[in-house]
Amino acid sequence: MSGVQSPEPATVPAPKPAGTAAPPSEGKRIVREIMSGSAMVSVLAVVVALVIGGLLIAVTDQRVVAAAGYFFAQPGDLFSAMWTAVSQAYGALWRGATYDPTARTWLGQLGIFETLTFATPLILSGLAVTLAFRAGLFNIGAKGQIIMGAVFAGAVGFGMDLPPVIHLLAVIIAGAIGGAIWGGIAGVLKAKTGAHEVIVTIMLNYIAASLVLYLLKNQLKAPGSTNPISPPMHENALFPLLLGPNFRLHAGFILAVLAVVGVAWLLDRSTLGFEFRAIGANPSAAQTAGMLVSRGYILVMLISGALSGLAGVTQLSGTSKSLDADIAGSIGFDAITVALLGRSTPWGTFFAALLFGAFKAGGTSMAVNANVSIDIVLVVQSLIVLFIAAPPLVRSIFRIKAAKSEGARA
Amino acid sequence: MKRVDLVKLELKGITKSFGALVANDHIDLVVESGEIHSLLGENGAGKSTLMNVLYGLYQPTAGEILIDDKPVKFSGPSDAMAAGIGMVHQHFMLVPVFTVAENVALGGESTTFGGVLDLEATRKKIRDISARYGFAVDPDALVEDLPVGVQQRVEIIKALVRNARILILDEPTAVLTPQETDELMDIMGQLKASGTSIVFISHKLREVKAVSDRITVIRRGKVVGTADPGASTTELAAMMVGRSVSLTLNKADAQPGEETFKVTNLIVSNDAGQRLVNDVTFSVAQGEILAVAGVQGNGQTELTEAVLGLHKHVQGSITLDGKQLLGLGVRQVLRAGVGFVPEDRQVDGLVESFSIAENLILDLYDKKEFSRGGTLNRAAIAKNAEAKVAEFDVRTQSAQDHVGTLSGGNQQKVVLARELARPLKLFIASQPTRGVDVGSIEFLHKRIVAERDVGTPVIIVSTELDEVLELADRIAVLYAGKLMGIVPGKSSRELLGLMMAGLTADDAAAQLAAAGAPVVRDPSTEEGEPA
Repeated sequence: MSGVQSPEPATVPAPKPAGTAAPPSEGKRIVREIMSGSAMVSVLAVVVALVIGGLLIAVTDQRVVAAAGYFFAQPGDLFSAMWTAVSQAYGALWRGATYDPTARTWLGQLGIFETLTFATPLILSGLAVTLAFRAGLFNIGAKGQIIMGAVFAGAVGFGMDLPPVIHLLAVIIAGAIGGAIWGGIAGVLKAKTGAHEVIVTIMLNYIAASLVLYLLKNQLKAPGSTNPISPPMHENALFPLLLGPNFRLHAGFILAVLAVVGVAWLLDRSTLGFEFRAIGANPSAAQTAGMLVSRGYILVMLISGALSGLAGVTQLSGTSKSLDADIAGSIGFDAITVALLGRSTPWGTFFAALLFGAFKAGGTSMAVNANVSIDIVLVVQSLIVLFIAAPPLVRSIFRIKAAKSEGARA
Repeated sequence: MKRVDLVKLELKGITKSFGALVANDHIDLVVESGEIHSLLGENGAGKSTLMNVLYGLYQPTAGEILIDDKPVKFSGPSDAMAAGIGMVHQHFMLVPVFTVAENVALGGESTTFGGVLDLEATRKKIRDISARYGFAVDPDALVEDLPVGVQQRVEIIKALVRNARILILDEPTAVLTPQETDELMDIMGQLKASGTSIVFISHKLREVKAVSDRITVIRRGKVVGTADPGASTTELAAMMVGRSVSLTLNKADAQPGEETFKVTNLIVSNDAGQRLVNDVTFSVAQGEILAVAGVQGNGQTELTEAVLGLHKHVQGSITLDGKQLLGLGVRQVLRAGVGFVPEDRQVDGLVESFSIAENLILDLYDKKEFSRGGTLNRAAIAKNAEAKVAEFDVRTQSAQDHVGTLSGGNQQKVVLARELARPLKLFIASQPTRGVDVGSIEFLHKRIVAERDVGTPVIIVSTELDEVLELADRIAVLYAGKLMGIVPGKSSRELLGLMMAGLTADDAAAQLAAAGAPVVRDPSTEEGEPA
């Protein structure tokens, strides 16, 4: 443009390069990749974890150690000792979790029902994590929500006297409300102030844990007891046993299956689930299309919290029957693993919860019958998390190609 | 600095595949020393992949790179730099809060005793290079305070300081005003004169013709031919697309009706209270296209966000058919009859992990047609998708495929299909053809003009001057959030360029008149251009 003087180019507002799609934060991207990994990665993660767990069983076994002492004399002995140790341990685990014809009691023979019992709260709280994740939120607060669900359920369950059926329904609703409140706090803070849900839910876990202890020492304490434990739930507030008094399996399992069906419908078929998924996959596009992102965050955390609250109800009204400070146990955090392993789909979460229920049911049998520490189950579970959290690791072990290739577009 | 060591670059049979996708298929390319070699191709043709191979970011699946007839292997950009190859990326690789000198030194810092950073040597080099090529870059300026054009020069300096003898410029003009583009072309000429070879990547035919010594055209990962800059734009476009394309849009003159959309004294501020759109007033009539031109980041984004209800701090008035839109939520604005194509479709327009069918109902999923009692009607959604895919010629295997698997042009067709599905009272399209292949541009432009011809007021926001000139009935130019004026669609590039650089319409016209340059385009001398 000769002969023409250009004035100063624009400096305000700060120019940004054309077409830069603000990339999602690295952390979000990694969590998303982990949560949406293929079913194959989940299965292989379990396989690899079991193999490594087997090696640990073998090297800590007395007979294997003994056979290793004369390895060069008779190498075959070592391998047969290893095989015996591992097959005995896993055999006991499998039988304990499913069917063991050698056991003396019905309960011992049909471990499958123990598996389902253990799986029940894991299914519900796993669904809570799954649902929140699909809306883009990482709900670490299942533990706190389980506790608060149990507190509300307990207040109704041993604090009130209601007719059969109605009492149980009231307990279920109270538990859902308790969890929903606890989840909702995180949702509201996220929506209104942008407070990160991971931090808020972790902190709410601590608050719930302390709060329940306080209540158990004061308002909710069983009369005459010196321990922080509540009075037992009323008979009417308990889940009916599904298979008679010989088994612990209770109607809470049916509630959990219904929840799976419900969440599957919510995510795949409902308009609300469409909103959740859109918000989770791309909040800016959801907002531009007229969805209210902050309303979505609050709603999904309410529902997610309610699901965890129901997990608390099944623990209280189905298994423990009175409230103590350890009502949530490790369920709150196993829920995250279960959702991870289930690739944040409702049915995936269901089967992952069954697997973890089986670990719990079979772990005892393994400890008793094969004399292997129950901690090995914890090791296997932790290894599963490790391998799922590191999909490239599993892929490289099995030489699976990544689903999406890097920057193929020019 | 001695710069007489001439260098010849040769790529032989370069193939790069990602899984089943072959991004580069046996590409041969020779860049003679001291020539400007343009790589012309559509988005997704494989230009950037090829340059990333050359720069050591990707390892080629097959083929070799020769420098001065000696084969070389790059395992990373540092190898490429050591071999004298420098690259200026489309998105600058600068640290905004660092000074120019700190950015240039980054990665090759020299330290004095005790590990203290020594920037003096770098400052001197920057001053030398600036003086040599007339860059006017202050080594101590903060990069974030610099205009885009100057930031780009910092990138070039970074390469030159590392003794680059071959400079790769990846779509360097995408972020520049017409004047800045001219300045860049001057710089390229000087670099060439001093013996630097340049690989210039672009999809803009006019620029390629103006600056190149030779042109290599790439389509779908293959070299489809070379041309010299004398070739006509229609020939080049045909090589690029693989069929003859009509580069000029034959649109009838606008028949403007009533002015139904009015923006009055609009002020949009950021959280800090800085005005991003500063007291803008304009109106759009039914049946006309108003194009909002300007360099990226001068308030266009905020203007459209304010209309849609996406922005928090907005004052003034925005009315459609007399109804106040300001203060309404996004959904209410959309349901009032506003169709909106956001400037970045991947961020704001589409959910990439959703299917095409789901994206087509992203703002209509709760309407009666697609859901009942909170349950989605899958059959209706699938049927709608089939119809839209056919109507908008979206190239896909199935409407259930993820939108992320589509090319840019086809993604944009999905956005347009969705936004034009409702009866509209206002249609706003931001950067409607950014990153879109030439073949799709033609289609998208026709649809936009068709929407105008049914009597909808249309606003196009574009930083591509070619596109503005192609579509606009009237042109509004924004600079630093202020409206520099609204001029007729036939205004000259020179006039718009001056307005985009911050002169009001009157001042710009006066300056042009003084210099004897045209204020209005002469259609007989303009060759058709794809935007």
